[in-house]
Amino acid sequence: MSLDFRKIRKDFPILDQQVHGKPLVYLDNAATTQKPQVVLDKVEEFYLKTNANIHRGAHFMANETTEAFEEARETVRQYINAGERSEIIFTHGTTESVNLVAFSFGEAFVSEGDEIVVSELEHHANIVPWQLLCERKKATLKVLPFDENGVLKIDELDGLLSERTRLVAMNHVSNTLGTINPVDKIVEIAHKRNIPVLLDGAQGIAHYPPDVQKLDCDFYVFSGHKIYGPTGIGVLYGKRKWLDQMPPFMGGGEMISEVKFSGTTFNELPYKFEPGTPNYIGAVALGTAIDYVQSLGVDNLAVREQELLNLATAKLKSIEGLRIFGEAENKVGVISFEIEGIHSFDLGTLLDQLGVAVRTGRMCTDPIMDHFGVPGMTRASFAFYNTEEEVEALYKALIRIKGMF
Amino acid sequence: MTIEDIQQEIIEEFSVFEDWMDKYAYLIELGNDLEPIDAKYKIDDNLIRGCQSRVWLHPEKDGDKILFEAESDAIIVKGLVALLLRVLSNRSPKEIIDADLHFIDDIGLKQHLSPTRSNGLLAMVKQMKLYALAYEKLSQQEG
Repeated sequence: MSLDFRKIRKDFPILDQQVHGKPLVYLDNAATTQKPQVVLDKVEEFYLKTNANIHRGAHFMANETTEAFEEARETVRQYINAGERSEIIFTHGTTESVNLVAFSFGEAFVSEGDEIVVSELEHHANIVPWQLLCERKKATLKVLPFDENGVLKIDELDGLLSERTRLVAMNHVSNTLGTINPVDKIVEIAHKRNIPVLLDGAQGIAHYPPDVQKLDCDFYVFSGHKIYGPTGIGVLYGKRKWLDQMPPFMGGGEMISEVKFSGTTFNELPYKFEPGTPNYIGAVALGTAIDYVQSLGVDNLAVREQELLNLATAKLKSIEGLRIFGEAENKVGVISFEIEGIHSFDLGTLLDQLGVAVRTGRMCTDPIMDHFGVPGMTRASFAFYNTEEEVEALYKALIRIKGMF
Repeated sequence: MTIEDIQQEIIEEFSVFEDWMDKYAYLIELGNDLEPIDAKYKIDDNLIRGCQSRVWLHPEKDGDKILFEAESDAIIVKGLVALLLRVLSNRSPKEIIDADLHFIDDIGLKQHLSPTRSNGLLAMVKQMKLYALAYEKLSQQEG
């Protein structure tokens, strides 16, 4: 199927605006993606017509809302091909999902002297929760390094594992370098030793959704706002065999079966991990976002993003003094770079002034900055709605800025 | 000249630029012209860590005035640092404490002093005022 991306771009009304008097060139999609009109409409329509708290009321709107919420759970299940709906837990986002596992899995399975393995490529959200767990349990955090191209040294993974390793936590795709990690190999190596694997899918979910059953990962976590859905909604997929054994993360309404002062019993999955009123409208709109990308074909979108990545990489490489960080063979549409003699803050400030929105700084990945010995980077990240003209605008802006120094 | 006079002078200087990029080009020029901080003061104790850029600040008492030296690793921030030094350095603690720094807003660069920008500049202004408070306390005790 050949898609008309110029037409599709019109689904995203926010893109059609000016900033600082210049046409907006939004190249910060790895930070958050923009929302198509159908998602915006869904949120508005829901608040206008349907809003009621879920799983509680006996009235019409409460039932409608509950049904829509559970349908959204089914949409997510299908998107990642989870075995059952109750393995899909709605959270506030990737960060909460990782923290939930770090706490609840940690309580059940991690004790003094145990080990958790992460990689040097991780976002802080997939490092700090494990550090906190290790501190709590007197466990040790081990780190799988990456090479000069930003590719994990997968051959070293087995050597890092031991009989004390309780979990391997790694990202599917690096937010800073764009590297697509060999998650099937990671799972295979860890599972040979019966070690479960958590995959941080924040940057993978929009481009390369996993088949979690085929991949056989134990946990897969992501945020709705990185896949054209709203902020404040995220997902934790976990295999039932683990989730059943894990104690609740937070207490409150909905997650209980019976509350007595002599002791409380907990609800079944997924509700055990969904205390309080969830972001049900966020969940419903996430379902709409997933339907939207599936209607276009996720593979088609990934192909388009690769086209933009290749074009931008070639363009940027032609700029003298520009260095790209992370040149893995398998990358998503993310280019982090520096221009010799120009600080990333200066570059970002001036690009902004020219209408180009990029991310600058450390991108919540201090270990990657330290690896390359730089104080920060500038990152352009592409979505399928970006255009060749926008790549050109980035290139021209960089040339102009370079001339100012 | 008072702090207010200097602020007016800076506003005047910036008023000639019609294009934003020219304002930034001028800031880059100011940044390039700023005397680097003495190497012995470019230490972690004097570092104000922003998420995006870093600022080093060193105060020195000179009679009844405070002299500041400062620097940043980002050149636009350095340009803004130069302006802040022009306004606040070589002033009495009381002048520094009382200073209402409206010029940044007036030249249209307010976003660089907003807490969300995290480039270290807002923290630098706070730190300068804190030094001024400390010096004032000290001189009151001595006096």
